[in-house]
Amino acid sequence: MSIAMRDAFGNKLLELGATHPELVVLDADVSSSTKSKAFGTKYPDRFFNVGVAEANLADMANGLATCGYHAVVNAFSIFLSLKSTDQIRNVSAYNDLPVVFAGAYGGLSDSFDGASHQAIEDIAIMRSIPGMQVIVPSDARQAELALEYALTQKGPVYIRLNRNEMPDLPEPKDFGSANAILLREGKDLTIAANGITASFAVKAAEMLASQGIEAEVFSVPFVKPLCMDVLGKSIKKTGKLLTVEEHVLDGGFASAICEKMMMGDLRPKFDAITVKGFAESGPYIDLLAKYGISAENIVARAKALVG
Amino acid sequence: MTVKDLLKNPDRKFNADELAALAAEFRLESWDVLHQRGTGHWGGSASAMELTTSLYFNRLNIRTKEPRWEDRDRFILSKGHASMNLYTVLAHRGFFSAESLPTFRTLGSKLQGHPTMNKVPGVDMSTGALGHGLSIGLGMAMAAKLSGKDYWTYVMTGEGCLNEGQSWEALMCAAKYKPRRLVLMVDYNKVQLDGTEDQIMPMEPLRDKLASFGWNVCPQSFDGNNTADILKSFEWMDKDEVWPKAVIYDTIKGKGVSFTEGKNTWHGPKIDDDSFNKGMPELKADLEKKEARL
Repeated sequence: MSIAMRDAFGNKLLELGATHPELVVLDADVSSSTKSKAFGTKYPDRFFNVGVAEANLADMANGLATCGYHAVVNAFSIFLSLKSTDQIRNVSAYNDLPVVFAGAYGGLSDSFDGASHQAIEDIAIMRSIPGMQVIVPSDARQAELALEYALTQKGPVYIRLNRNEMPDLPEPKDFGSANAILLREGKDLTIAANGITASFAVKAAEMLASQGIEAEVFSVPFVKPLCMDVLGKSIKKTGKLLTVEEHVLDGGFASAICEKMMMGDLRPKFDAITVKGFAESGPYIDLLAKYGISAENIVARAKALVG
Repeated sequence: MTVKDLLKNPDRKFNADELAALAAEFRLESWDVLHQRGTGHWGGSASAMELTTSLYFNRLNIRTKEPRWEDRDRFILSKGHASMNLYTVLAHRGFFSAESLPTFRTLGSKLQGHPTMNKVPGVDMSTGALGHGLSIGLGMAMAAKLSGKDYWTYVMTGEGCLNEGQSWEALMCAAKYKPRRLVLMVDYNKVQLDGTEDQIMPMEPLRDKLASFGWNVCPQSFDGNNTADILKSFEWMDKDEVWPKAVIYDTIKGKGVSFTEGKNTWHGPKIDDDSFNKGMPELKADLEKKEARL
């Protein structure tokens, strides 16, 4: 089991603080949760805890970003995507400013707090904004790489982070290429997993293999830009695609993939596992399972797809 | 002496009479372009004309040939609908040719409906959606502190901009960090889009509200359409080191054309030919009166 993405991200921020004097970090009174607090303790001059005020949070970062600073904005995913949308759209993106929006507690990962704190529309909102990049890491290492990547970009990047300790995946070889990351080879169907659903997909593939079905599994952290080079080859090979995400169908990861496929020549047999509507309070893994994200459900949907 | 003579050297510091004449000219040109285009916002552009003119021709430390000079003073027009005002001032200040002003709001023009920083030299921040300016200005002012720079950051809002909740988030936050040389300038014309301020969203007691949020608010109100008064307000800004500072300027929406003054219906309507022809002699007479004092 890995450390949680938020811990990895917070540690990486702290580390990069030493080598990136232009790095400034902002938080909205959740630095103990987002783990930006360590940066604030070590670099108090470059840390701004602005209270529970996400609109001001994002625009203060935008102001800093016009003056040579690269800002990393920390708040819960749901509040960044809903309460800072105007600031992200009209200021960060419209002016192409170097601001990283680190959405903590993404998907259903704030499981016990319930639907009011669970981000299931953030990807759709963020990826609809021109100029925004959207990254949903699959494990702690990918969260670190996402931050390193985002700090090389001259425009805004949204990174959706998970709250909880989730399994580690193999070290990605070329994270910044925005391509899908191969986790397991197979020939019968392609499974494209976004965010933490990747580890469930790997487990599902093992279960499918024992039943004679060879699934090719990918972690796909980059929703925007979405590079189809690697994934497209697999889809052509297997002719079947199952996507998995911790987000509603509308405008999310599956939606992005479908847009790419329909604009090109990919027409696989297709299914998508998504969160259907508002969820509820409960233990994270049980909650995910109830709302469709489990190895067992991936197996069932994969088998139906393979027929 | 005419405004044309004054504008031969826009880089020097202008006095109150000169600023008044410049503002009269810019107001007239704004009326003209807004009429030509049939779109844009007259009321709020006119109310703030002496304020922006005084900033750019007396106060701001800027380099028109180097618009992104990192030590420059920043100005954010948070009431971005007054774009015609800002573009006219920036053009005559020397950031770009005034000949491009009539392209305002036309396809392919850099002069977008609302100020756009990556298109127009001299625009420090894109605005339009209300309520953003003070938060962004706070970020700029904190950047000055971090980098040890001395530049000033001025944010201009109207009362409509202060209706936005974000403005009050920023007011709270600025009082926490107290950055030097952050100044809020309120173009207080007391008329919004749908009606007067007291009909739509009463802001009084505005000075007390700002002070209670922790700002150093100038106890005196200034006539924001009087350049001598505006220069006095600049003196107040320099008086002490208690930050952040706010100044409230009493202004008249639609200032300069009698039948538009104080009228919410002149927030942003098309200026038709009849209105244009009625208004132009008033604006010309005002300009001539102010040029006569030069």
